[in-house]
Amino acid sequence: MRQTEGKPQAEGIHDIIRSLQHLEGPLLPILHAIQTAYDHIPEAALPLIGDALNLTRAEVHGVISFYHDFRTTPAGRHVVRLCRAEACQAVGANGVAASVLGTLGIDWHGTTGDGRITVEPVYCLGLCACGPAAMVNGKVIGRTDAARIGRELEGLT
Amino acid sequence: MSRPLIKVYVPLDSAARALGADDVADAILREAEARDLSIELIRTGTRGMIWLEPLVEVDRGKGRIAYGPVTPDSVPAIFDGSADPLGPVEAIPFFARQTRLTFARCGVIDPLSLPDYETHGGLIGLRRALTMTPEAMVEEVKTSGLRGRGGAGFPTGIKWDTVRLTEADRKYIVCNADEGDSGTFADRMIMEGDPFCLIEGMIIAGLATGATRGFVYIRSEYPDAIAIMDRAIRIARETGLLGLDILGSGQTFEMEIRIGAGAYVCGEETSLLNSLEGKRGVVRAKPPLPALKGVFGKPTVVNNVISLATVPVIFEKGAAHYADFGLGRSRGTMPIQIAGNVAHGGLFETAFGMPLGDLVNDIGGGTASDRPVKAVQVGGPLGAYFAPHQFDTPFGYEDFDAEGGLIGHAGIVVFDDSADMLSMARFAMEFCAVESCGKCTPCRIGAVRGVETIDRIAAGDRSAPALLTDLCDTMRDGSLCALGGFTPYPVMSALRLFPDDFGLTTEAAE
Repeated sequence: MRQTEGKPQAEGIHDIIRSLQHLEGPLLPILHAIQTAYDHIPEAALPLIGDALNLTRAEVHGVISFYHDFRTTPAGRHVVRLCRAEACQAVGANGVAASVLGTLGIDWHGTTGDGRITVEPVYCLGLCACGPAAMVNGKVIGRTDAARIGRELEGLT
Repeated sequence: MSRPLIKVYVPLDSAARALGADDVADAILREAEARDLSIELIRTGTRGMIWLEPLVEVDRGKGRIAYGPVTPDSVPAIFDGSADPLGPVEAIPFFARQTRLTFARCGVIDPLSLPDYETHGGLIGLRRALTMTPEAMVEEVKTSGLRGRGGAGFPTGIKWDTVRLTEADRKYIVCNADEGDSGTFADRMIMEGDPFCLIEGMIIAGLATGATRGFVYIRSEYPDAIAIMDRAIRIARETGLLGLDILGSGQTFEMEIRIGAGAYVCGEETSLLNSLEGKRGVVRAKPPLPALKGVFGKPTVVNNVISLATVPVIFEKGAAHYADFGLGRSRGTMPIQIAGNVAHGGLFETAFGMPLGDLVNDIGGGTASDRPVKAVQVGGPLGAYFAPHQFDTPFGYEDFDAEGGLIGHAGIVVFDDSADMLSMARFAMEFCAVESCGKCTPCRIGAVRGVETIDRIAAGDRSAPALLTDLCDTMRDGSLCALGGFTPYPVMSALRLFPDDFGLTTEAAE
């Protein structure tokens, strides 16, 4: 959903705000839509949202920083989410995570130096009977291991 | 020449997809084309036997026969008739032993076909509700004995009655679909496999309480459930199930989906309400109860997905039918989710009362690793660990409470003897620290100190276990919500049941 591509950022953000402002409690839908369009929530969005919703910039910042999903800087081009929750730990998720992070040379939330891959922890994907579970660019993977994650990432630039 | 149409059912549930169901569906279409066979491919929810996924059912005109787990490579054998079938799903012991009320349609129907839904009993409950007074509807739910399936177990009918009796210009039904507990996936399964059931339950809740608007707050980690619910709501709107004139009754109910943003604490109802309003998802002090002053300050029913999705069958079959199942004050059925290191993982809907050990060993088939079961955690990351000597505990709210645990959202996570319970206790504190909303001190600070104290135990500090116990008492008694208040359950049960893992002799722990 990159409908804003090609437009100046401020104008694109305005369009998003305008299209969702009528909702009851519009802030989270607006933040999700901006992040979907720009892969993160640009600093420039804060005053625009604040003006539209009659909130201070600090209040908008407070909401963005509360939720794990919202980023203020872009992620890598590909996002790997590895489940860290108990059901996946029971079938070796810690080992999978150590291996994936070790191979890429990053820690949780880290991005590889070439900006290619970001690895995020996730606490449950609801795939608890087929763990360890992972999500690579939105695709769910059950009974995963480091080799499988490697194959998913192969060929992605 | 026309041959009888072959119907092939492949799940679209995300667990099935995570195990390759989409590739299997593609392979089936290719194979049918190569053989010049006319087939109808129907994507369904999952039947809940996750270890058999992707589970494919084929109906050649004589009923549905299951195969699984199917891979793209094994598809030709199914067409040849040389693949070993599992038989009808209803005859598979894991399935045959269940009582499917809430999940009766899940895995059977095309989740987005309203005609399919009605053919299988859908909307009967709503049509009956439309002939009843709100008071009678609430009475029906009270009689059913339905209690909140999200974990707290509060009687649903009493909550509804409070909202019904509160005067306001607007009231809301909020469905809590922020299913963040590890080991649970019942909400996801029903939203992906039978979304109209949840919609019907929310409409009935609206009619019973005078609420005309509903929100389903779904966690962002469930993109498939979000997409399916979204399409189902659209279909419901187009067909007049939702809107200003529900099924021609003149009654109104409108609903929409809201997406969470990765905060576990938003599964707590007051935090969820703040999140819906576009605020930080911090917990609110109660009172006021959400039933009196909920979202946007209006009377609000906040119910879990399974509570609401169970309402239609209560109205379809009658409250007494539902209440006939269960034990003591735990009435009806519970979709128990068996997960973690388990041979037969999946969703097992059954009347309350089955002993925990039967669920783990008999139904679940023991560990997937073939090693002895060391512990099971029941009720998500805030649930207590149970050791095998407690396996005769019947699955019920009060029975688990008496054992120092909780059933929560009914997830059971199995661990084999390689699990280190000190590190599981540490993880519970770490998780609480990561997810704390920060509003109350026992949770915000306590969780951080909890991690440090467990590290001291690991380093051999003999004074640390007493300190941890004291800290857990403070968190349990002083936290505003279940996150800080219940984190002591897994921590203290691990310490109590597995002192060896904490470097303590049994005597020292007691």
